[in-house]
Amino acid sequence: MIRIENVSVQFEQRRALSDIDLTLGEKRIGIVGANGSGKSTFVRLLNGLQTATSGRVLVDDFDAAKDGRKLRRHVGFVFQNPDNQIVFPVVEEDIAFGLKPLKLSKEEVNRRIDDVLARYDLQDFKTHPSHLLSGGQKQLLAISGVLVMEPRYIVLDEPTTLLDLRNRNRVQRAIAELDQTVITVSHDLDLIADYDRVLAFEDGRVVLDGTPADVLPKYREMMA
Amino acid sequence: MIAGLYIHGQSALHRAAAGAKILAMVALGTGVFLIPDWPVVAFVLATVLLLYPVSGFGPRIMWAQIKPILWLLVIFFAVQLWLNDWQAGLLVITRIAAIVMFASLVTLTTKTSDLLASLERAMQPLRPIGVNPEKVSLAISMVLRFIPVISTVASEIRDAQRARGLDRSIIAMVVPLIIRTLKMADDVADAIDARSFD
Repeated sequence: MIRIENVSVQFEQRRALSDIDLTLGEKRIGIVGANGSGKSTFVRLLNGLQTATSGRVLVDDFDAAKDGRKLRRHVGFVFQNPDNQIVFPVVEEDIAFGLKPLKLSKEEVNRRIDDVLARYDLQDFKTHPSHLLSGGQKQLLAISGVLVMEPRYIVLDEPTTLLDLRNRNRVQRAIAELDQTVITVSHDLDLIADYDRVLAFEDGRVVLDGTPADVLPKYREMMA
Repeated sequence: MIAGLYIHGQSALHRAAAGAKILAMVALGTGVFLIPDWPVVAFVLATVLLLYPVSGFGPRIMWAQIKPILWLLVIFFAVQLWLNDWQAGLLVITRIAAIVMFASLVTLTTKTSDLLASLERAMQPLRPIGVNPEKVSLAISMVLRFIPVISTVASEIRDAQRARGLDRSIIAMVVPLIIRTLKMADDVADAIDARSFD
Protein backbone atom coordinates (compact mmCIF):
# COMPACT_ATOMS: atom_id res chain seq x y z
CA MET A 1 0.00 0.00 0.00
CA ILE A 2 1.31 3.46 -0.95
CA ARG A 3 0.17 6.49 1.01
CA ILE A 4 0.86 10.01 -0.19
CA GLU A 5 -0.09 12.42 2.58
CA ASN A 6 -0.51 16.10 1.62
CA VAL A 7 2.65 16.09 -0.44
CA SER A 8 3.96 19.18 -2.17
CA VAL A 9 7.20 19.56 -4.12
CA GLN A 10 8.62 23.00 -4.71
CA PHE A 11 11.51 23.59 -7.09
CA GLU A 12 13.28 26.97 -7.00
CA GLN A 13 10.77 28.99 -8.98
CA ARG A 14 8.12 26.38 -9.65
CA ARG A 15 5.66 24.30 -7.67
CA ALA A 16 5.85 20.83 -9.25
CA LEU A 17 3.27 19.13 -7.00
CA SER A 18 0.60 20.70 -4.79
CA ASP A 19 -1.09 18.97 -1.84
CA ILE A 20 -1.31 15.47 -3.25
CA ASP A 21 -3.27 13.18 -0.96
CA LEU A 22 -3.71 9.62 -2.24
CA THR A 23 -3.75 5.98 -1.25
CA LEU A 24 -2.68 3.54 -3.95
CA GLY A 25 -3.50 -0.11 -3.43
CA GLU A 26 -4.29 -1.34 -6.94
CA LYS A 27 -2.05 -3.75 -8.84
CA ARG A 28 -1.84 -1.64 -12.04
CA ILE A 29 -1.83 2.15 -11.85
CA GLY A 30 -1.40 4.42 -14.86
CA ILE A 31 -0.27 8.05 -14.66
CA VAL A 32 -1.02 10.49 -17.48
CA GLY A 33 -0.54 14.21 -17.97
CA ALA A 34 1.00 16.78 -20.27
CA ASN A 35 4.75 17.44 -20.16
CA GLY A 36 5.54 19.43 -17.00
CA SER A 37 2.29 18.44 -15.28
CA GLY A 38 4.13 16.80 -12.34
CA LYS A 39 3.66 13.13 -13.18
CA SER A 40 7.39 12.27 -13.32
CA THR A 41 8.05 14.21 -10.10
CA PHE A 42 5.21 12.24 -8.52
CA VAL A 43 6.61 8.81 -9.41
CA ARG A 44 10.13 9.85 -8.42
CA LEU A 45 8.74 10.40 -4.90
CA LEU A 46 7.82 6.72 -4.72
CA ASN A 47 11.36 5.39 -4.57
CA GLY A 48 13.00 8.38 -2.94
CA LEU A 49 14.62 9.87 -6.05
CA GLN A 50 12.69 13.03 -5.20
CA THR A 51 12.02 14.22 -1.67
CA ALA A 52 8.81 15.99 -0.74
CA THR A 53 9.08 19.64 0.31
CA SER A 54 6.16 19.00 2.66
CA GLY A 55 3.96 16.02 3.51
CA ARG A 56 4.83 12.35 3.76
CA VAL A 57 5.30 9.41 1.35
CA LEU A 58 4.83 5.94 2.84
CA VAL A 59 5.38 2.74 0.86
CA ASP A 60 4.38 -0.26 2.98
CA ASP A 61 6.53 0.14 6.09
CA PHE A 62 9.00 2.56 4.54
CA ASP A 63 8.98 6.31 4.94
CA ALA A 64 10.59 7.84 1.82
CA ALA A 65 12.20 10.61 3.87
CA LYS A 66 13.92 8.21 6.30
CA ASP A 67 14.38 4.89 4.50
CA GLY A 68 15.61 6.02 1.08
CA ARG A 69 18.08 3.21 0.49
CA LYS A 70 15.74 0.40 1.59
CA LEU A 71 12.92 2.00 -0.36
CA ARG A 72 14.94 1.94 -3.58
CA ARG A 73 15.26 -1.83 -3.25
CA HIS A 74 11.54 -2.12 -2.51
CA VAL A 75 10.47 0.09 -5.42
CA GLY A 76 12.25 -0.55 -8.72
CA PHE A 77 12.41 2.23 -11.29
CA VAL A 78 12.64 1.88 -15.07
CA PHE A 79 13.46 5.05 -17.00
CA GLN A 80 12.34 6.22 -20.42
CA ASN A 81 15.73 5.84 -22.10
CA PRO A 82 17.36 2.49 -21.33
CA ASP A 83 20.69 3.81 -22.65
CA ASN A 84 20.86 6.02 -19.56
CA GLN A 85 19.96 3.18 -17.22
CA ILE A 86 22.37 0.49 -18.41
CA VAL A 87 25.68 1.21 -16.69
CA PHE A 88 27.79 -1.85 -17.52
CA PRO A 89 29.15 -2.75 -20.97
CA VAL A 90 28.05 -6.42 -20.87
CA VAL A 91 24.46 -7.64 -20.33
CA GLU A 92 25.07 -10.00 -17.37
CA GLU A 93 27.31 -7.44 -15.66
CA ASP A 94 24.62 -4.79 -15.84
CA ILE A 95 22.03 -7.09 -14.31
CA ALA A 96 24.48 -8.06 -11.56
CA PHE A 97 25.12 -4.40 -10.73
CA GLY A 98 21.83 -3.93 -8.83
CA LEU A 99 22.60 -7.05 -6.76
CA LYS A 100 25.95 -5.80 -5.55
CA PRO A 101 24.65 -4.10 -2.37
CA LEU A 102 22.81 -7.33 -1.42
CA LYS A 103 26.14 -9.22 -1.05
CA LEU A 104 24.68 -12.43 -2.49
CA SER A 105 26.77 -15.51 -3.30
CA LYS A 106 28.10 -15.84 -6.85
CA GLU A 107 25.79 -18.83 -7.43
CA GLU A 108 22.71 -16.88 -6.33
CA VAL A 109 23.70 -13.90 -8.52
CA ASN A 110 24.12 -16.23 -11.52
CA ARG A 111 20.83 -17.99 -10.80
CA ARG A 112 18.94 -14.70 -10.69
CA ILE A 113 20.62 -13.45 -13.87
CA ASP A 114 19.81 -16.67 -15.75
CA ASP A 115 16.20 -16.65 -14.52
CA VAL A 116 15.53 -13.07 -15.54
CA LEU A 117 17.22 -13.44 -18.95
CA ALA A 118 15.25 -16.62 -19.67
CA ARG A 119 12.05 -14.79 -18.78
CA TYR A 120 12.61 -12.31 -21.62
CA ASP A 121 14.24 -14.75 -24.02
CA LEU A 122 17.54 -12.90 -23.69
CA GLN A 123 19.64 -15.86 -22.50
CA ASP A 124 21.67 -15.87 -25.73
CA PHE A 125 22.67 -12.26 -25.03
CA LYS A 126 24.10 -12.91 -21.56
CA THR A 127 27.69 -12.10 -22.53
CA HIS A 128 26.71 -9.68 -25.31
CA PRO A 129 27.83 -6.00 -25.31
CA SER A 130 24.82 -4.08 -24.01
CA HIS A 131 25.21 -1.21 -26.52
CA LEU A 132 24.65 -3.64 -29.41
CA LEU A 133 21.14 -4.68 -28.27
CA SER A 134 18.04 -3.40 -30.10
CA GLY A 135 15.91 -0.68 -28.45
CA GLY A 136 13.36 -3.23 -27.22
CA GLN A 137 16.04 -5.57 -25.91
CA LYS A 138 17.67 -2.65 -24.08
CA GLN A 139 14.36 -1.76 -22.42
CA LEU A 140 13.87 -5.41 -21.44
CA LEU A 141 17.42 -5.42 -20.06
CA ALA A 142 16.59 -2.28 -18.04
CA ILE A 143 13.47 -4.04 -16.69
CA SER A 144 15.58 -7.16 -15.96
CA GLY A 145 18.12 -5.08 -14.04
CA VAL A 146 15.29 -3.91 -11.79
CA LEU A 147 13.42 -7.24 -11.55
CA VAL A 148 16.51 -9.12 -10.43
CA MET A 149 16.46 -7.05 -7.22
CA GLU A 150 13.03 -8.58 -6.54
CA PRO A 151 11.22 -5.33 -5.72
CA ARG A 152 7.63 -5.26 -4.49
CA TYR A 153 6.71 -2.33 -6.77
CA ILE A 154 7.94 -1.29 -10.20
CA VAL A 155 7.66 2.25 -11.52
CA LEU A 156 8.00 2.65 -15.30
CA ASP A 157 8.50 6.18 -16.56
CA GLU A 158 7.37 6.30 -20.20
CA PRO A 159 8.85 2.87 -20.95
CA THR A 160 7.68 2.64 -24.58
CA THR A 161 8.21 6.21 -25.80
CA LEU A 162 11.42 5.44 -27.72
CA LEU A 163 10.35 2.06 -29.11
CA ASP A 164 8.97 0.93 -32.47
CA LEU A 165 5.58 -0.83 -32.54
CA ARG A 166 6.95 -4.38 -32.32
CA ASN A 167 9.20 -3.56 -29.37
CA ARG A 168 6.46 -1.49 -27.75
CA ASN A 169 4.16 -4.53 -27.90
CA ARG A 170 6.91 -6.75 -26.53
CA VAL A 171 7.48 -4.43 -23.57
CA GLN A 172 3.71 -4.16 -23.01
CA ARG A 173 3.48 -7.98 -22.77
CA ALA A 174 6.47 -8.00 -20.39
CA ILE A 175 4.77 -5.42 -18.15
CA ALA A 176 1.49 -7.36 -18.22
CA GLU A 177 3.28 -10.49 -16.98
CA LEU A 178 4.92 -8.79 -13.98
CA ASP A 179 3.81 -10.11 -10.59
CA GLN A 180 4.66 -6.83 -8.90
CA THR A 181 2.48 -3.80 -8.41
CA VAL A 182 3.17 -1.62 -11.45
CA ILE A 183 2.91 2.16 -11.71
CA THR A 184 3.33 3.33 -15.30
CA VAL A 185 3.73 6.90 -16.52
CA SER A 186 2.78 7.03 -20.18
CA HIS A 187 1.53 9.16 -23.05
CA ASP A 188 0.58 5.89 -24.75
CA LEU A 189 -2.98 5.54 -23.51
CA ASP A 190 -3.43 2.05 -25.00
CA LEU A 191 -0.63 0.84 -22.75
CA ILE A 192 -2.66 1.59 -19.62
CA ALA A 193 -6.15 0.97 -21.02
CA ASP A 194 -6.59 -2.27 -19.07
CA TYR A 195 -5.08 -1.00 -15.81
CA ASP A 196 -7.03 -0.90 -12.54
CA ARG A 197 -6.70 2.83 -11.95
CA VAL A 198 -5.53 5.90 -13.83
CA LEU A 199 -4.51 9.29 -12.40
CA ALA A 200 -4.33 12.37 -14.63
CA PHE A 201 -2.07 15.23 -13.57
CA GLU A 202 -2.32 18.89 -14.48
CA ASP A 203 -0.32 21.78 -12.99
CA GLY A 204 0.97 19.58 -10.18
CA ARG A 205 -2.45 18.30 -9.11
CA VAL A 206 -4.46 15.14 -9.70
CA VAL A 207 -7.40 16.31 -11.78
CA LEU A 208 -8.83 12.92 -12.77
CA ASP A 209 -8.77 9.69 -10.77
CA GLY A 210 -10.64 6.48 -11.57
CA THR A 211 -10.80 3.49 -13.85
CA PRO A 212 -9.38 3.82 -17.38
CA ALA A 213 -12.93 3.69 -18.74
CA ASP A 214 -13.79 6.77 -16.66
CA VAL A 215 -10.58 8.74 -16.91
CA LEU A 216 -9.18 8.19 -20.41
CA PRO A 217 -12.11 9.63 -22.44
CA LYS A 218 -12.15 12.73 -20.20
CA TYR A 219 -8.38 13.03 -20.45
CA ARG A 220 -8.52 12.80 -24.26
CA GLU A 221 -11.12 15.58 -24.22
CA MET A 222 -8.97 17.63 -21.86
CA MET A 223 -5.97 17.34 -24.22
CA ALA A 224 -7.96 18.11 -27.39
CA MET B 1 33.22 2.26 -31.15
CA ILE B 2 35.48 0.78 -28.55
CA ALA B 3 37.50 -2.05 -30.06
CA GLY B 4 38.67 -4.08 -27.11
CA LEU B 5 35.60 -5.32 -25.20
CA TYR B 6 35.13 -8.77 -23.76
CA ILE B 7 34.30 -11.52 -26.26
CA HIS B 8 33.02 -14.70 -24.70
CA GLY B 9 35.26 -17.78 -25.10
CA GLN B 10 36.62 -20.88 -23.39
CA SER B 11 40.39 -20.51 -23.99
CA ALA B 12 43.02 -20.80 -21.26
CA LEU B 13 43.39 -17.01 -21.29
CA HIS B 14 39.62 -16.59 -20.85
CA ARG B 15 39.78 -18.90 -17.83
CA ALA B 16 42.89 -17.31 -16.27
CA ALA B 17 42.35 -15.12 -13.18
CA ALA B 18 41.83 -11.43 -13.95
CA GLY B 19 44.40 -10.41 -11.32
CA ALA B 20 47.06 -12.61 -12.93
CA LYS B 21 46.35 -11.07 -16.33
CA ILE B 22 46.61 -7.54 -14.93
CA LEU B 23 49.94 -8.43 -13.28
CA ALA B 24 51.18 -9.95 -16.56
CA MET B 25 50.17 -6.73 -18.32
CA VAL B 26 52.12 -4.62 -15.82
CA ALA B 27 55.13 -6.97 -16.13
CA LEU B 28 55.05 -6.87 -19.93
CA GLY B 29 54.59 -3.09 -19.98
CA THR B 30 57.60 -2.63 -17.72
CA GLY B 31 59.65 -5.42 -19.30
CA VAL B 32 59.56 -4.14 -22.88
CA PHE B 33 60.91 -0.78 -21.71
CA LEU B 34 63.86 -2.49 -20.03
CA ILE B 35 64.81 -4.36 -23.22
CA PRO B 36 67.09 -2.22 -25.43
CA ASP B 37 67.08 -4.45 -28.59
CA TRP B 38 64.26 -4.25 -31.12
CA PRO B 39 64.54 -7.91 -32.29
CA VAL B 40 63.87 -9.11 -28.71
CA VAL B 41 60.88 -6.77 -28.37
CA ALA B 42 59.68 -7.91 -31.82
CA PHE B 43 59.83 -11.49 -30.52
CA VAL B 44 57.69 -10.46 -27.51
CA LEU B 45 55.21 -8.80 -29.90
CA ALA B 46 55.12 -11.92 -32.08
CA THR B 47 54.39 -14.04 -28.98
CA VAL B 48 51.54 -11.68 -28.00
CA LEU B 49 50.14 -11.87 -31.55
CA LEU B 50 50.33 -15.67 -31.41
CA LEU B 51 48.13 -15.59 -28.30
CA TYR B 52 45.25 -14.18 -30.39
CA PRO B 53 44.56 -17.32 -32.47
CA VAL B 54 45.32 -19.44 -29.40
CA SER B 55 42.52 -17.53 -27.60
CA GLY B 56 40.15 -17.97 -30.55
CA PHE B 57 40.52 -14.54 -32.21
CA GLY B 58 41.10 -14.17 -35.94
CA PRO B 59 42.93 -11.53 -38.00
CA ARG B 60 39.83 -9.27 -38.15
CA ILE B 61 39.79 -8.83 -34.38
CA MET B 62 43.58 -8.37 -34.28
CA TRP B 63 43.35 -5.67 -36.93
CA ALA B 64 40.55 -3.89 -35.03
CA GLN B 65 42.88 -3.56 -32.00
CA ILE B 66 45.89 -2.13 -33.83
CA LYS B 67 44.09 -0.03 -36.46
CA PRO B 68 43.23 2.95 -34.16
CA ILE B 69 46.90 3.49 -33.21
CA LEU B 70 48.51 2.87 -36.63
CA TRP B 71 48.88 6.60 -37.35
CA LEU B 72 50.55 7.04 -33.97
CA LEU B 73 53.04 4.26 -34.75
CA VAL B 74 53.84 5.87 -38.10
CA ILE B 75 54.48 9.25 -36.42
CA PHE B 76 56.69 7.70 -33.70
CA PHE B 77 58.68 5.77 -36.29
CA ALA B 78 59.17 8.89 -38.43
CA VAL B 79 60.31 10.98 -35.44
CA GLN B 80 62.80 8.32 -34.34
CA LEU B 81 64.04 7.93 -37.91
CA TRP B 82 64.61 11.68 -38.05
CA LEU B 83 66.24 11.99 -34.59
CA ASN B 84 68.10 8.63 -34.43
CA ASP B 85 67.92 5.71 -36.88
CA TRP B 86 65.45 3.09 -38.14
CA GLN B 87 66.43 0.58 -35.39
CA ALA B 88 65.39 3.11 -32.72
CA GLY B 89 62.13 3.64 -34.62
CA LEU B 90 61.42 -0.09 -34.71
CA LEU B 91 62.22 -0.41 -30.99
CA VAL B 92 59.68 2.29 -30.07
CA ILE B 93 56.84 1.04 -32.26
CA THR B 94 57.28 -2.65 -31.38
CA ARG B 95 57.19 -1.69 -27.66
CA ILE B 96 53.96 0.28 -28.08
CA ALA B 97 52.38 -2.38 -30.30
CA ALA B 98 53.26 -5.16 -27.84
CA ILE B 99 51.72 -3.26 -24.91
CA VAL B 100 48.56 -2.25 -26.81
CA MET B 101 48.03 -5.72 -28.28
CA PHE B 102 48.50 -7.43 -24.92
CA ALA B 103 46.24 -4.94 -23.08
CA SER B 104 43.57 -5.48 -25.77
CA LEU B 105 43.93 -9.24 -25.41
CA VAL B 106 43.40 -8.93 -21.65
CA THR B 107 40.18 -6.91 -22.14
CA LEU B 108 38.99 -9.28 -24.89
CA THR B 109 39.39 -12.30 -22.61
CA THR B 110 38.32 -10.78 -19.27
CA LYS B 111 34.85 -9.68 -18.23
CA THR B 112 34.75 -6.05 -17.14
CA SER B 113 33.22 -7.14 -13.83
CA ASP B 114 36.17 -9.51 -13.17
CA LEU B 115 38.69 -6.81 -14.06
CA LEU B 116 36.93 -4.36 -11.79
CA ALA B 117 36.65 -6.87 -8.95
CA SER B 118 40.44 -7.35 -9.14
CA LEU B 119 41.00 -3.60 -9.21
CA GLU B 120 38.66 -3.17 -6.25
CA ARG B 121 40.66 -5.74 -4.27
CA ALA B 122 43.93 -4.07 -5.23
CA MET B 123 42.59 -0.67 -4.12
CA GLN B 124 41.33 -1.82 -0.70
CA PRO B 125 44.54 -0.62 1.07
CA LEU B 126 43.76 2.90 -0.20
CA ARG B 127 40.42 3.01 1.65
CA PRO B 128 41.90 4.60 4.84
CA ILE B 129 43.06 7.61 2.80
CA GLY B 130 39.55 8.18 1.47
CA VAL B 131 39.56 6.18 -1.78
CA ASN B 132 36.30 4.27 -2.34
CA PRO B 133 37.25 1.28 -4.55
CA GLU B 134 33.61 0.54 -5.51
CA LYS B 135 33.11 4.08 -6.79
CA VAL B 136 36.41 4.03 -8.72
CA SER B 137 35.49 0.73 -10.40
CA LEU B 138 31.98 2.00 -11.20
CA ALA B 139 33.51 5.09 -12.82
CA ILE B 140 35.82 2.91 -14.97
CA SER B 141 32.97 0.64 -16.05
CA MET B 142 30.87 3.66 -16.98
CA VAL B 143 33.64 5.05 -19.17
CA LEU B 144 33.69 1.74 -21.07
CA ARG B 145 29.90 1.64 -21.26
CA PHE B 146 29.35 5.22 -22.39
CA ILE B 147 32.04 5.55 -25.06
CA PRO B 148 29.77 3.85 -27.65
CA VAL B 149 26.69 5.76 -26.38
CA ILE B 150 28.40 9.17 -26.69
CA SER B 151 29.79 8.15 -30.06
CA THR B 152 26.20 7.44 -31.23
CA VAL B 153 25.00 10.79 -29.86
CA ALA B 154 27.87 12.57 -31.66
CA SER B 155 26.94 10.85 -34.89
CA GLU B 156 23.24 11.84 -34.49
CA ILE B 157 24.25 15.47 -33.90
CA ARG B 158 26.64 15.42 -36.88
CA ASP B 159 23.80 14.17 -39.13
CA ALA B 160 21.36 16.77 -37.77
CA GLN B 161 23.83 19.64 -38.30
CA ARG B 162 24.75 18.35 -41.76
CA ALA B 163 21.04 18.43 -42.65
CA ARG B 164 21.04 22.12 -41.67
CA GLY B 165 24.19 22.83 -43.68
CA LEU B 166 26.31 23.29 -40.53
CA ASP B 167 28.70 20.42 -41.13
CA ARG B 168 31.76 22.70 -40.95
CA SER B 169 30.79 24.36 -37.66
CA ILE B 170 32.65 23.00 -34.63
CA ILE B 171 30.37 24.95 -32.26
CA ALA B 172 27.26 23.40 -33.84
CA MET B 173 28.76 20.00 -33.05
CA VAL B 174 30.34 20.59 -29.64
CA VAL B 175 27.64 22.63 -27.87
CA PRO B 176 24.74 20.15 -28.33
CA LEU B 177 27.10 17.25 -27.59
CA ILE B 178 28.11 18.80 -24.25
CA ILE B 179 24.50 19.66 -23.37
CA ARG B 180 23.24 16.16 -24.20
CA THR B 181 26.15 14.53 -22.36
CA LEU B 182 25.50 16.62 -19.22
CA LYS B 183 21.78 15.80 -19.36
CA MET B 184 22.65 12.14 -19.83
CA ALA B 185 25.01 12.31 -16.83
CA ASP B 186 22.11 13.58 -14.67
CA ASP B 187 19.83 10.78 -15.88
CA VAL B 188 22.52 8.13 -15.34
CA ALA B 189 23.15 9.41 -11.80
CA ASP B 190 19.40 9.04 -11.11
CA ALA B 191 19.42 5.53 -12.56
CA ILE B 192 22.35 4.53 -10.33
CA ASP B 193 20.58 5.97 -7.28
CA ALA B 194 17.41 4.13 -8.28
CA ARG B 195 19.33 0.86 -8.26
CA SER B 196 20.35 1.48 -4.66
CA PHE B 197 24.08 2.06 -5.23
CA ASP B 198 25.50 4.38 -2.55
